[in-house]
Amino acid sequence: MGVLQDANRKQIAGRRRLDFALHLLFVAATSVGVVVLMALLVDILIDGASRLQPDLFNQYPSRRASQAGMKSAIVGSLYMLVIMAPLSFVLGVGAAIYLEEYAPKNRLTRLIQLNISTLAGVPSIVYGILGLAIFVRAMQLDRSLLAGALTMTLLVLPIIIVSSQEAIRAVPRSRREASFALGANKWQTVARAVLPSAFPGILTGVILAMSRAIGETAPLVMIGAMTYVAFLPNDLLDSFTVMPIQIYNWIARPQAEFRELAAAGIVVLLAVLLLMNFAAILLRNKYNKKV
Amino acid sequence: MQTLIEISNLNLYYSSVHALKNVSLSIPEKAITAFIGPSGCGKSTLLRTMNRMNDMIPGTRIEGKLTIGGTDIYSNEVDVETLRKKVGMVFQQPNPFPKSIYDNIAYGPRLHGIRNKKQLDEIVESSLRAAALWDEVKDHLKRSALSISGGQQQRLCIARALAVNPDILLMDEATSALDPISTLKIEELTQELKNRYTIVMVTHNMHQAARVSDQTAFFLNGEVVEHADTEKLFSNPSDQRTEDYISGRFG
Repeated sequence: MGVLQDANRKQIAGRRRLDFALHLLFVAATSVGVVVLMALLVDILIDGASRLQPDLFNQYPSRRASQAGMKSAIVGSLYMLVIMAPLSFVLGVGAAIYLEEYAPKNRLTRLIQLNISTLAGVPSIVYGILGLAIFVRAMQLDRSLLAGALTMTLLVLPIIIVSSQEAIRAVPRSRREASFALGANKWQTVARAVLPSAFPGILTGVILAMSRAIGETAPLVMIGAMTYVAFLPNDLLDSFTVMPIQIYNWIARPQAEFRELAAAGIVVLLAVLLLMNFAAILLRNKYNKKV
Repeated sequence: MQTLIEISNLNLYYSSVHALKNVSLSIPEKAITAFIGPSGCGKSTLLRTMNRMNDMIPGTRIEGKLTIGGTDIYSNEVDVETLRKKVGMVFQQPNPFPKSIYDNIAYGPRLHGIRNKKQLDEIVESSLRAAALWDEVKDHLKRSALSISGGQQQRLCIARALAVNPDILLMDEATSALDPISTLKIEELTQELKNRYTIVMVTHNMHQAARVSDQTAFFLNGEVVEHADTEKLFSNPSDQRTEDYISGRFG
């Protein structure tokens, strides 16, 4: 029998068929996601295209669909982001640094770790209830921009902590050793040897967490963010609305024109989310190349 | 030769593992001392007690005394950052920071408060010269340290260690990840460096110990079996186990 001849031809043919079939299955699985997303986008674009005009960005919400826009919602989302981003960055990255670099590796730390991972998966409405109890009622911030931003900060905190921890953990131990061996203390090592390498990963996590917050509705409904706000918030304690709440409000109305408005609003929201994710990718690539 | 590092009755435990057993050793100044022995014999562990890198491993316990220039480095008055400044270390794998060549060398001096650009420039140049790397990299100091070859990276790590002006240089199998030519370069370099620094090196390559060191200590199962002038240890060992090891009967 020759070297290239095999008694188990039949078996090999069978394995090959299986390989091919699974290949098809995996392509199909991927297509489902892509097709659904495309269908959604096209459907929304068709519905909302007529309303994607400057008025959408310039006008306040109105009872008359022809005059309504989402200026206050866009600005509200933006303000919330501006408050939430630095707050959750400092708290989240700080906690991640503590847990990875300073905390003793004992049972308590593991318990905290487990808690944080669990919190990252808690439904957002629960944060809404928490925000209502703490910020709106106990701290008497009322249904304000600040209360909303603080609630959202709580919501994204676990996500930022977990992703920052992963980025910090990915920095090889040899870099820390190199730094310590030169006489660096803990903070010098963290600041000069660990964080620069971990920064792209941290930043990506933060941006993705922010984009999650921008799209969240439930916790803000819970704390009572208003749906009809015909002014821009002047200070932290003013009432406010955000894009997803405005969209939700429009969808709930019976007139067809409002549904077009909602579709246009969704397009704007999706565009913002895509932009943020794109920024995350750009940042990651930029820093990866630098190294 | 004057003794610089004096180790007496040192015991080290990693949790329940007794990694160093009653080690006593005198290491001379401005010479090269090599630690040889099979894997897991404690030679790297002993090296890491000299700049207290073992401190970072939870569950490590040390008994006994280790003095450098007469000072017990495990006493409370000794501050570990200052100790590590005086006792530099080069690791098995080249571990430059993902920064420029310049910033790698300047890392240590900056840690210790040197900000002056001119002073830093001088330190970078003299350290790279001392590590025999200056001529190869002087025209692209701004380039990433990860873009040079492994052998160059290791010499960069040596230069980085020298930049904080240590008295002692610990080398933990510093050539084991390198090709023969890079290894030779670093071995030649150590011969230069020993005029100014006390070098302690761990090596699993007996020929390297024989080629470069002045004194050699042979480790087995956490104990120092024999410590002598390199020539004597390799030509006329007094312990049977040393002879078995250097003649290749085990390890």
